[in-house]
Amino acid sequence: MVAEAEFTSYYGRPIVKEPTWQALDIAGYLFLGGLAGASSTLAAGAQLSGRPGLARPLKLGAAGAISLSLVALVRDLGRPARFLNMLRVFKPTSPMSVGVWILSAYAPAAGVAALAELVPLGRLSPLAKLGTAGAALIGPAVASYTGVLIANTATPAWHEGHREMPFVFVGSAASAAAGLGLLGAPLVENAPAQRLAVIGALAEITAVRLLERRVGIVAETYHRGHAGTLMRSAEALTLAGLAGASLTGRRSRFGAAVSGAALLAASACARFGIFEAGRESARDPKYTVVPQRERMQAERP
Amino acid sequence: MSERLSLLSSVRGHGDPAADVYDEHPPRMGFFTDTSLCIGCKACEVACKEWNRVPEDGLNFTGMSFDNSEGLSADTWRHVAFIEQRKPVGDSQANFQHTGATVELDSDFRWLMSSDVCKHCTDAACLDVCPTGALFRTEFGTVVVQEDICNGCGYCVPACPYGVIGKREDDGRVWKCTLCYDRLGEGMEPACAKACPTNSIQFGELDELRVRAAGRVEQLQQAGVLDVRLYGEDPGDGVGGDGAFFLLLDEPEVYGLPPDPIATTHDLPRMWRNAAIAAAGLLGAVGASFAGRR
Repeated sequence: MVAEAEFTSYYGRPIVKEPTWQALDIAGYLFLGGLAGASSTLAAGAQLSGRPGLARPLKLGAAGAISLSLVALVRDLGRPARFLNMLRVFKPTSPMSVGVWILSAYAPAAGVAALAELVPLGRLSPLAKLGTAGAALIGPAVASYTGVLIANTATPAWHEGHREMPFVFVGSAASAAAGLGLLGAPLVENAPAQRLAVIGALAEITAVRLLERRVGIVAETYHRGHAGTLMRSAEALTLAGLAGASLTGRRSRFGAAVSGAALLAASACARFGIFEAGRESARDPKYTVVPQRERMQAERP
Repeated sequence: MSERLSLLSSVRGHGDPAADVYDEHPPRMGFFTDTSLCIGCKACEVACKEWNRVPEDGLNFTGMSFDNSEGLSADTWRHVAFIEQRKPVGDSQANFQHTGATVELDSDFRWLMSSDVCKHCTDAACLDVCPTGALFRTEFGTVVVQEDICNGCGYCVPACPYGVIGKREDDGRVWKCTLCYDRLGEGMEPACAKACPTNSIQFGELDELRVRAAGRVEQLQQAGVLDVRLYGEDPGDGVGGDGAFFLLLDEPEVYGLPPDPIATTHDLPRMWRNAAIAAAGLLGAVGASFAGRR
């Protein structure tokens, strides 16, 4: 345990402002967007390898998740009626602007791929194939850009971990999509979901560990309070889902479904935990002052 | 104007941000807030509210010395901080020449006051991250929100390394100091600077203000005042220098200012690179998941 860092502040008041975003909308979007993006990619693989029973729940899940995401994103705006103002410009310096354009390409593709599943023989139509392929290729961008979205802020718990955040997010997204596959696919087709669950879960756990090591004193915000509870739940659920998927994933339909649900819940917990840690780190001036002082000392000894 | 967006507004050491947007423009204007002259009268807070019609946002007793506006926010564009310290004002042997009278300073108590404001950064994170183009760079090099475009996404709020810009809850949009853009266009100085009775808030061409500030530091040091420093005047700092900079008498964090702020957009190329690697990794991981017999 490190000693409490010494620092001064103006009556303990925060220096940076915490995000005005609502947790349900924005942490919810971080989860759903990741789930959608990775699911589309897994669905295309399922279709190409002749696993329609795996592709179907993933495509439907992706379209559902991205639709809910768009509702959450618009609802979180201070002026929802001005949503379209996002489309006035394209700014690479704004991850939100980049994200809006990524979503503008992704959501219709994911929607077409899902709609085709609801029509008999629909998925064989050229438009459906285009939608499936498009969503599969843009999906990883949907899953990873959100890591940059939150890291490109002055929020200490997010920015100090800016190198690792995209890896945490795609790991979490892969594990969630694998969870959806395990939950929705028949046993004979779920082997790829099971393998992706292992890769995604291990990637996420590793990336979170690296992030927590990188952020120094700010790691406290990932361990304490509400955020700490969420992050610990995320890790426990990930490990449970991973064990369940490995042990029963190919033998028991029930075991596969429970493991899949655990992985989905783990991903949601991780996103809400990271969101909470960010808010907590903005509230306490210690997490703004101490890392900056350390950086100054490292640069100008 | 705002449509002409520079792709990399965050290149370090570029002192003329308006040049990215305008072919011809007036000199960069800014504030030099000399906190050693501040008497804590809050005329700047009042003048700002009056001129810019900023709504009332609470008349609170905070217990933080004479501070009752707490900090910069959507509805507080100038904020006077009050700090009570057990420190001598200057060298305790020094005599202050003050309006002709010589004052013997034997107290070990000092009261710091400082009027804080938007820094109008050279590399402005709020402007960089704004997805609608509502935040823009004016011809004076300042940063202003166009309220008819802002859709209240709130991204600029956590992006600001100083915690300046805020969301007005009943309105949904973000608001901050405009450096009185409307007055500047008419050749007038901003309302706060106009109202400041001690010239603690000085408005002018940024280059000229920097020269004046350097002279003031020297003057105070010769008078034996401890811990004099400029804050935000260095174009080599993490935000490319501030359009509104300060003379402080203690560490920045004592006043609620970050000691080494950075525009996080500086790290954006590395972040995009890692996001691309992560996305490629996800594609690869999914591909690998299908490599197997079943």
